[in-house]
Amino acid sequence: MRETDVMVIGGGPAGLSAAAEAASFGCDVTLVESDLALGGQLIKQTHKFFGSKDERAGTRGFKISELLLEELSGYGNVKTYTNCTATGYYPEDGVVTCVRAEDEYFKIKPKKIVMATGAQERLIPFPNNHLPGVYGAGAVQTLMNVYGVKPGDKVLMVGAGNIGLIVSYQLIQAGVQVAGIVEAMDKVGGYWVHAAKVRRLGVPIYLRHTIVEAIGEQYVTGAVIQEIDERFQPQGERKSLDVDIICMAVGLSPTCELLWQAGCEMVFVPELCGYVAQRDRNMRTSHKDIWVAGDAAGIEEASSAMVEGRIAGVSTARALGRGTHE
Amino acid sequence: MTDKQKLFNSGILTEERPGAVSPPRDLWENKKNGLVIIECPQRIPCNPCHTSCPTGAVVPFDDINDQPQIDYSKCTGCARCVAVCPGLACFVVDLTWGDESRALMKLPYEMLPSPEEGRQVDCLNREGNVVAKGTIVRVTEPMHDKTKVVQVEVPKDLVMDIRAIKVV
Ligand SMILES: Cc1cc2nc3c(=O)[nH]c(=O)nc-3n(C[C@H](O)[C@H](O)[C@H](O)COP(=O)(O)OP(=O)(O)OC[C@H]3O[C@@H](n4cnc5c(N)ncnc54)[C@H](O)[C@@H]3O)c2cc1C
Ligand code: SF4
Ligand code: SF4
Repeated sequence: MRETDVMVIGGGPAGLSAAAEAASFGCDVTLVESDLALGGQLIKQTHKFFGSKDERAGTRGFKISELLLEELSGYGNVKTYTNCTATGYYPEDGVVTCVRAEDEYFKIKPKKIVMATGAQERLIPFPNNHLPGVYGAGAVQTLMNVYGVKPGDKVLMVGAGNIGLIVSYQLIQAGVQVAGIVEAMDKVGGYWVHAAKVRRLGVPIYLRHTIVEAIGEQYVTGAVIQEIDERFQPQGERKSLDVDIICMAVGLSPTCELLWQAGCEMVFVPELCGYVAQRDRNMRTSHKDIWVAGDAAGIEEASSAMVEGRIAGVSTARALGRGTHE
Repeated sequence: MTDKQKLFNSGILTEERPGAVSPPRDLWENKKNGLVIIECPQRIPCNPCHTSCPTGAVVPFDDINDQPQIDYSKCTGCARCVAVCPGLACFVVDLTWGDESRALMKLPYEMLPSPEEGRQVDCLNREGNVVAKGTIVRVTEPMHDKTKVVQVEVPKDLVMDIRAIKVV
């Protein structure tokens, strides 16, 4: 069976940072990523990030990913596997099972694990939401920004948080018309400047509105939106929009199946958007060999994911008795 | 909620606020190369407008969440902040440009196609309505990072309305 000092599950900003940090202390690191490329959410982010200069504010997301990969390539003691999913953790013997591509299956026994599995998109129920043309914002971004495929011609965006606003802007950049953005609250949830950016390009934002129905037989040909009252009940006039894509940007939840499987103590924290592993300051969970970092530890952002990844990386190295640089 | 509040809550500036003020008129009227207008009225963790300004015109932030404040006497209208700001919230307006009725705006632009010099474009207000025609004077890419700064000649009386262009 394969062995490794530190196994990092997930190759987004958190996992890449954890891997680089643990490797810098001489640990032998194995990183698995289910996607075809490393970088996680970052490879789809064509916009400039916020924050301070030290956290690479003003740099586009995919560039940040390139910088992390460059750092990682400087270490000979890191093995990375893409198209490779960690499918299970066996608490009895600490073995992780992985599937690479369609047919290769292997087991690996790491001394320490960093779970950096990121997040999953939420969806909301409405009639006909099964129709082709109803997408999560992540899928729309992957189509446009990773594969260069225009997802449709006219979009209704559901949710005016940062993801909804940023993806709307990117859709316009890709030549797709954004018919409108509906938002259940009475103000945009994302940064005001991101809203201003799409407003000045003529995109209406319907506050206190929701989608009530998708229209179409074989695929989406329209959407119906309606105002909602204080109790979030639809009321008043229904408005039909002629769209072929309905893009959902209504929130994320931490991806934590493997943490549950490992028997880590889990807590529900609304501010972190769902169940997360109880952890200490060093990102170590209640399981002595498992750390967590990034969106898997609670939905935040790439800058915090990178910091958490670094902390987890140092902490695993320390737990292996390699806590200082030579 | 008033209509004004509702508009603001959807991303439209309706009046001056901390982080979104216009330059003092007398200084502005005679300032060759223009002065910056920043429209960033919300407290967010961001400061590249300050860290990128070569003259210190965007005053240092006590806290990274602060709204930007400007010392107009130091602004040279260089438009570096226009190119850097991830919120596309910085604009430069040169009121000394051209004849009495014209002004030059330096606006961030991240769409395709990139307009060529001399081209007529639509000028859009904060709600995306076409309010005038403008003429492209220059297009630069100051940070070589795909955000362009378009210099566009516009009617002077619309500089507080125009915030984007559309190539038609
Ligand atoms: C539209 C949008 C705009 C954003 N804008 C900003 C911004 O301006 N500034 C900012 O700081 N942040 C921004 N973010 C947030 C930022 O992208 C995320 O917070 C960050 O990517 C989280 O990093 P992560 O490494 O925890 O997770 P991810 O980047 O999601 O990476 C997790 C990786 O783990 C892999 N994985 C999951 N399960 C397994 C498994 N079992 N086996 C193998 N691999 C697995 C996934 O394929 C994925 O690649 C934005 C996000 C979106 C969607
Ligand atoms: S235009 Fe130039 S000098 Fe003025 S605030 Fe922006 S970066 Fe500073
Ligand atoms: S860089 Fe732009 S978005 Fe960031 S604080 Fe300055 S003006 Fe606001």
